Amino acid sequence: MLAKRIIPCLDVKDGTTVKGVQFVNFRNAGDPVELGKQYSDMGADELVYLDITASHEGRKTFTELVKRIAAEVSIPFTVGGGIHELSDVERLLAAGADKVSVNSSAIRRPELISEIARRFGVQECVCAIDARLEEDGTWRCYLNGGRIPTERTLFEWAHEAQERGAGEILFTSMNHDGSKQGFAIEALHRLHEELSIPIIASGGAGTKEHFLEVFEQAHVDAALAASVFHFNEIPMRELKNYLADNGICVRCV
Amino acid sequence: MKVAIVKYNAGNIYSVFCACRRLGYDPVITNDPEELRNADKVIFPGVGEARAAMDYLNETGLSDIIRNLKQPVLGICIGMQLMCRHSEEGDVDCLGIFDVPVERFRPADSSFKVPQMGWNTIRVQGLETGGEHRLFADVKDDSYVYYVHSYRVPVCDYTIAKTDYCGPYSAALHKDNFWATQFHPEKSGSVGEKILKNFLLF
Repeated sequence: MLAKRIIPCLDVKDGTTVKGVQFVNFRNAGDPVELGKQYSDMGADELVYLDITASHEGRKTFTELVKRIAAEVSIPFTVGGGIHELSDVERLLAAGADKVSVNSSAIRRPELISEIARRFGVQECVCAIDARLEEDGTWRCYLNGGRIPTERTLFEWAHEAQERGAGEILFTSMNHDGSKQGFAIEALHRLHEELSIPIIASGGAGTKEHFLEVFEQAHVDAALAASVFHFNEIPMRELKNYLADNGICVRCV
Repeated sequence: MKVAIVKYNAGNIYSVFCACRRLGYDPVITNDPEELRNADKVIFPGVGEARAAMDYLNETGLSDIIRNLKQPVLGICIGMQLMCRHSEEGDVDCLGIFDVPVERFRPADSSFKVPQMGWNTIRVQGLETGGEHRLFADVKDDSYVYYVHSYRVPVCDYTIAKTDYCGPYSAALHKDNFWATQFHPEKSGSVGEKILKNFLLF
């Protein structure tokens, strides 16, 4: 049976992880490769590395980093941030990334998803969507890490992304992100019901129970989180065992 | 020992290269017929689309070279599917090493997403470690390995391991000197490394 996936997300700037990471006895907390290996050993199913560097020089550093991750980490990893055109995708996949995640650039130019799917296959392209539930009840998509509102709404954009060849949808609820109050269950459940591609839940994880909820109630395929893992608030092994004890199919290492 | 990885127009080749390096091997990535024929082991990896890949293999003559290899060959994911008779993906005739068709997943309901993406189990056919099951020596039944695919090979005479997603299908095949896995051993953590190592030790 296909296992539900748990995915730590690492923000990378100029080749080092940005958010502090507090593992005990862990000297190279800033090294994304060491961190990836640690997560892999602890049972993470996949990793997401987001490049938040703005400069051209930083992009080169990130590509070099991707090569090092590919050389040393034996589980799949997705890279995102700063992917604007097919040549960016080509560069990152050639460096050993398994998938690329597109966000703002795909909303600005949806053809990018079609181009990636045609050239590299649907399984290579994750469409990340940041959306906020507005007062009028619509889930509005935002650009640039949630700074710029758009005319697009979550469900119609997710459908278009699927039609264009996205292999997965990674939905972050801006209302829930950072709150540690649980995932956006209703919206995630609707995405699961309406789409035929896998859904990754993001935003709101604070406790083990939140992960159980999102798998049991929203039926998503994967759940992603950052700080609860980086600060060891929820140890990966403990989380996997808890989910397994509660009847969720997960891979325990 | 010389390990050759077939270079063609499918992605993911660098990951296989890295996995071999982690195991202490120094593989070459090549489409040179002599280099492929003279290698001790050949890995035929890939992530891609069947028709585009077959067009490329036929145009470059790699089709005949792969079909006629005598040393142990391991096909991975699309590599395995290309070793079959025909693929529904792009309705294309493939290498025909395994006389079995490749079919698209047909989910009965929306709870099965396509592509299947993630960790699923392998169940080895019979538990003897001799013969074709050498590939899974020291690998526990129901171990998790990483899959990414929209098409699958049904259970057939060549099946040496099964898995289940919208029904049972082949996780691994074997015939003569040809082995193949639908999953990605190079992305399957320590279990995958064990399987890849088993192959490289053949």
